[in-house]
Amino acid sequence: MAAADAAAALRPPADPLSDPFWEALRTSGDLTFQKCRHCGNSWLPARSECPRCLRADWGRETASGAAKLISWIVYHRTFNDAFADRLPYTVAVVELTEGPRMASNIVGVADPETLRIDQPLKLVVERDFGTAVPRFTPV
Amino acid sequence: MRGKYVIAGIGNTAFGGLPGRSTISLNVEAVRNALADAGIDKDVIDAVMVKYPTSRFESMYAMKVAEALGLMPRINCVVDQAGASNAGMIAYAAMAIEHGQCDVAVVCFADNPKTGSRAAYSRSRDPNAVFGWFGTPAAYAMIARRHMGEYGTTHAHLGAIAKACRRHGAENPHAQLRKPLSIEEYLDHPLMVAPFRRDDCALVTDGGAAVVVMSLERARQLKVRAPVAILGFGQGHTAWDVALRPDMTSTMQKVSAATAFKMAGLTPRDINVAQIYDCFTITALMTLEDYGFCKKGQGGPFAAEGALEIGGALPMNTAGGLLSETGMPGLQLVLEGVRQMRGEANLQVPHAKTCVVSNQGGVMHTHSTLILGQP
Repeated sequence: MAAADAAAALRPPADPLSDPFWEALRTSGDLTFQKCRHCGNSWLPARSECPRCLRADWGRETASGAAKLISWIVYHRTFNDAFADRLPYTVAVVELTEGPRMASNIVGVADPETLRIDQPLKLVVERDFGTAVPRFTPV
Repeated sequence: MRGKYVIAGIGNTAFGGLPGRSTISLNVEAVRNALADAGIDKDVIDAVMVKYPTSRFESMYAMKVAEALGLMPRINCVVDQAGASNAGMIAYAAMAIEHGQCDVAVVCFADNPKTGSRAAYSRSRDPNAVFGWFGTPAAYAMIARRHMGEYGTTHAHLGAIAKACRRHGAENPHAQLRKPLSIEEYLDHPLMVAPFRRDDCALVTDGGAAVVVMSLERARQLKVRAPVAILGFGQGHTAWDVALRPDMTSTMQKVSAATAFKMAGLTPRDINVAQIYDCFTITALMTLEDYGFCKKGQGGPFAAEGALEIGGALPMNTAGGLLSETGMPGLQLVLEGVRQMRGEANLQVPHAKTCVVSNQGGVMHTHSTLILGQP
């Protein structure tokens, strides 16, 4: 597979619900999430109904970029060719200050084994794979 | 329903690489062996319940299995609870018989990812591909790391789970991997998806297994040689994906077990031997905690004390489990539980009268518990 095709395969498929999330990252570097106007619940990734009150009355808000590290793993072997030249790399679950949790990467850390759970993080939006990828780095 | 239904027969194929064998063929062989073990003719079977092969979803799969078995059953279905399906289907079979919907059920599973396609074990869950989150070990490793952070669980604690299963598998002549593992050897292997090493991960296996479920009364009519009582069962499902799960280190397996123990009228202290789903070391470690065999967070020290090895307080996965006997999702644990309750296991726990079996699937999404005992 050509490099451009490999990158395209990694990008989230076009979807009316999640496209605005990626578009906001690309155009303004904003990390957005959905918030229910009825019950105040906030969530990621995109879904059409609030998973707490089941209503479809929500808006999009911009996150501050502050988060904490819930957990992380370090790939020392690849399960996908597009990441073969990036080993070792870190994949994480982070919790935004506003509540939603999401998958991401931790960058800017020499030895990821020195990370610790619940440590504070901040958003870093990086251009990669032909899109804008929301990643995090320790504060 | 406690003890009213039994596992009347068990059967399996060889485990390992079985090139050229279709999953249908493996299912038929496993069912043929289970019928022979029960000593019954196939024509008494009026329910066929199947977990579809993990490596490839196929619509109408249960009907294809029933056709290959030459049966027109009253109940014929695939139940998709991922790795918890098999224990779940045994419970559904008992409930269906209780309500007159069928009389004798077979529950079976087969797959051939070792010589067929392993693609199912390497894929990503949308939208996580762009982060490089690929492969089945990743989300379990994510849970393991959180557990290490919250409770001080160590690499050696994870290794103790693998050591126990590998010790038992090494003594099982039918196991796919018959190589004992010391903690030192475990720690010497490089990290793969940290905190996991290779030995934290289930085997990839071609093979099949089947069980026959009927009432104890029917088993006596049919002169079944060694029926094993189903004392209790229960389920619980953690819907949230791992990245979204509010609490990563406890699961609905706790609810599954509470339901099963209540039905059986037993507590964890009454259990003599355990067959605990060990697709990854952390899965078994957390299930032991959620089942109440040790305090929350103490699964690591509990394993490191040797409690899980033959001769220990709670011998676990006495045929090797997913880490050593076969990577198939769960039915092998039921088979070994049945052998233990019959007193016919290769590594028999002396005087064992009760056995708990856990099945789980997804990434600790689906949970099912069986408690087996004496008829």
